[in-house]
Amino acid sequence: MSRQSLTKAHNKITELSWEPTFATPATRFGTDYTFEKAPKKDPLKQIMRSYFPMEEEKDNRVFGAMDGAIRGNMFRQVQQRWLEWQKLFLSIIPFPEISAARAMPMAIDAVPNPEIHNGLAVQMIDEVRHSTIQMNLKKLYMNNYIDPAGFDITEKAFANNYAGTIGRQFGEGFITGDAITAANIYLTVVAETAFTNTLFVAMPDEAAANGDYLLPTVFHSVQSDESRHISNGYSILLMALADERNRPLLERDLRYAWWNNHCVVDAAIGTFIEYGTKDRRKDRESYAEMWRRWIYDDYYRSYLLPLEKYGLVIPHDLVEEAWNRITNKFYVHRVAQFFATGWPVNYWRIDGMTDADFEWFEDKYPGWYNQFGKWWEAYNRLRYPGRNKPIAFEEVGYEYPHRCWTCMVPCLVREDLVVDKVDDQWRTYCSETCAWTDKVAFRPEYEGRETPNMGRLTGQREWETLHHDRDLADIVKDLGYVRDDGKTLIPQPHLDLDDPKKLWTLDDLRGIRFASPNVTLNEMTDSEREEWAAAYRANPNVTAA
Amino acid sequence: MANSATAAPKVRSFPKVEFTDSEAGALEFPSSKSRTYNYFTPAKLRATVYEDVTVDVQPDPERHLSQGWIYGFGDGPGGYPQEWTAAKSSNWHAFLDPNEEWEQTIYRNNSAVVRQVALCLENAKRAGAYGNWNTAWQKFIASNLGAWMHAENGMALHVFTSIQRSGPTNMINTAVAVNAAHKMRFAQDLALFNLDLSESLDTFDGSVHKQVWASAEEWQPTRKVVEELTAVGDWAELLFGTNVVFEQLVGQLFRSELVMQIAAKNGDYITPTIVGTGEHDYSRDLGYTRALFRLLTRDEKFGESNRELFGRWLAKWVPPCLDAAHALQPIWSQPAEKTLTFADSLGATKEKFTQLLEEIGLDVPKELEK
Ligand SMILES: [Fe+2]
Ligand SMILES: [Fe+2]
Ligand SMILES: [Zn+2]
Repeated sequence: MSRQSLTKAHNKITELSWEPTFATPATRFGTDYTFEKAPKKDPLKQIMRSYFPMEEEKDNRVFGAMDGAIRGNMFRQVQQRWLEWQKLFLSIIPFPEISAARAMPMAIDAVPNPEIHNGLAVQMIDEVRHSTIQMNLKKLYMNNYIDPAGFDITEKAFANNYAGTIGRQFGEGFITGDAITAANIYLTVVAETAFTNTLFVAMPDEAAANGDYLLPTVFHSVQSDESRHISNGYSILLMALADERNRPLLERDLRYAWWNNHCVVDAAIGTFIEYGTKDRRKDRESYAEMWRRWIYDDYYRSYLLPLEKYGLVIPHDLVEEAWNRITNKFYVHRVAQFFATGWPVNYWRIDGMTDADFEWFEDKYPGWYNQFGKWWEAYNRLRYPGRNKPIAFEEVGYEYPHRCWTCMVPCLVREDLVVDKVDDQWRTYCSETCAWTDKVAFRPEYEGRETPNMGRLTGQREWETLHHDRDLADIVKDLGYVRDDGKTLIPQPHLDLDDPKKLWTLDDLRGIRFASPNVTLNEMTDSEREEWAAAYRANPNVTAA
Repeated sequence: MANSATAAPKVRSFPKVEFTDSEAGALEFPSSKSRTYNYFTPAKLRATVYEDVTVDVQPDPERHLSQGWIYGFGDGPGGYPQEWTAAKSSNWHAFLDPNEEWEQTIYRNNSAVVRQVALCLENAKRAGAYGNWNTAWQKFIASNLGAWMHAENGMALHVFTSIQRSGPTNMINTAVAVNAAHKMRFAQDLALFNLDLSESLDTFDGSVHKQVWASAEEWQPTRKVVEELTAVGDWAELLFGTNVVFEQLVGQLFRSELVMQIAAKNGDYITPTIVGTGEHDYSRDLGYTRALFRLLTRDEKFGESNRELFGRWLAKWVPPCLDAAHALQPIWSQPAEKTLTFADSLGATKEKFTQLLEEIGLDVPKELEK
């Protein structure tokens, strides 16, 4: 279509909307934002006539690549270290995708300008595409990869696992609470605009380095829809900025959304990239280097900063602190160590780190070995059953962390721990910002104004509470993380499938008591708790030589 | 370039490919053959691709979700509460979309329609097909098909797109999302057809549709029902009121029982091709709607209360839809070639509607007899 006829087509499609006079659409999902003064912005309109064939062609390429991967025996060269982490990642990501679809009517309800409704409805279809294409990719892995255990239980495991719950924020956050907070700031302005680059580009690139070229094929195809979504979000953001009254809410939501995305996405994707790869070339970019490029330069400096001129208050301090956590505070490494500590309650296997890995880590993150080296050596030493319990229950100088009530990643940067009594309960937070999110942001009042539409933090947020004081074998059995012989565990702290004696079973977990840190915390006296918190912050959590 | 002599030669660096033998079947060990999603029971012996990519992707505290929804609304629980409709089910997850819509079907089917429409429009232009249209028919299409495309677009954005946030399962919400995609495509096809006609015919008024929809007497009751439908908060009522009542009594009346029947007699063989795609979509979308409401009326525990509820919804939505239908009567006499009467069309419509209600297991409301 020529540019001229494209413009005509856009204008024609705009004629389809009208001002209702008999009744207005139900507002199912409220917002405390106002759009009365919003300028009429006319973002890119999608013409369905070109949209469907365009996506169909993209699909054909994806499905062609899938056939090719199987015919070309891709799985002969796939690294198990890598693919095991996909059991976690691909159990999580279809839910955020479908949640993005479900979030679209929230944005449509909240923003009265029909000019943007069309784009949002098309995004809904895109997101259905993303969710189902990813479920289908996972099925291909389950069918063709050596160890299907963990893929076979995928959506159930996602729904009952601590790591699944962490990931679930990155989906529930899109569809709950204030419609603009959720469907615009959290979903589009931060998650899609900032973090899909690491999720859908950087991570799949690492997959290719580990013999898996299907993940990049599928996820690059997904990412190619993302620029339209980003422009939907940008239009709504500009409309919101037109009204002074929205400024404090925008500032609040950017702080929450930025920090929560950092806590959750960097934890997961950082771990997959740094600990799932076998590629230890020194000139291979580390996650920190990728982050600097994709998020700090491309997002923060090129997207967020220019918005300052419209009066948007940007959380500079939190961008810098995220960078500080990723580099100086070893955030990703602490998360990976935590995942590996918790291996018996995972539904994937985690490979130990070797000398080649140590060397690369020390090169990219100086000081890494002193903090983590001995612990990973202990992990390897304790990897088979029989002579020892799982590493979490052996004395290796690692104190099991408390969970952050807000982001649900544990409080791993120990000196930053915040302890507070909130809603009559003692809670722990990984950082000041996560404490603020619970205590200040997700409340019906903010800075003296009513915010009745703001969401609430709900649910059994500390996973360990559900399983407090139970036998570990019973917990794992109830979760369903057991293989089809009824006793061998799905998770293993190594990749050796050749010898059944190396595989942990329920019997190896029997007799181990599991405790919830939060339950214990709430049983302490004031002085016990203060003493405990001081010790928690002071403990470097390093395995002795 | 000046520095190239002194710069170190660039070493190409790439990851090593390693033979790992990580193929299925390379070793035997517990679960090495566990190659199906095992957390749900498929409807038939083997799960379909549709089930595999759809079931349980939206978690449910009544199934595997152990920590509950971790965010709530300011005034109530988050997630997908079953209380968002007055209809009740002993197992919402029993609903599976008979069309088995997922990523591949959405793009394949809609692209096929796009190609069909494009070919038809191309041929029409080449053949100068619009040249035969008399003034009355041009006016009929400009006004009435022009007005109707608004209804299609309104349903796309404020009925179906809305509903798919609210259903308690992924299967329901995805089926409705695909319905929204159909409506959006169809509304746009009608609009772009309208554009084509204004460009091909000097006498075709491509802008009159706005006034007709906004103020022409015969269309106001239709616009009123559409707007009132969008104001319904209960998602199942919205789906029922739209796909079971409005689309039958007004949509089908206008599309199938009028436009499709009389176009050819008025020298127009293009419009039926385009409107036919909308009819095709509707019969597909009626398929999932019928399946869903049948499940609810046959529910062991809640069937009776659901039937009663749907009876109330019929009593609420049938009268305004019949009003809308009757108000449209004058347009039957607008074309030069009147090949059927309004009474014929309405009779056929009521017959189909009655049959649908029987299939769902509902009594025909008394309003229909009038
Ligand atoms: Fe997406
Ligand atoms: Fe997206
Ligand atoms: Zn936190």
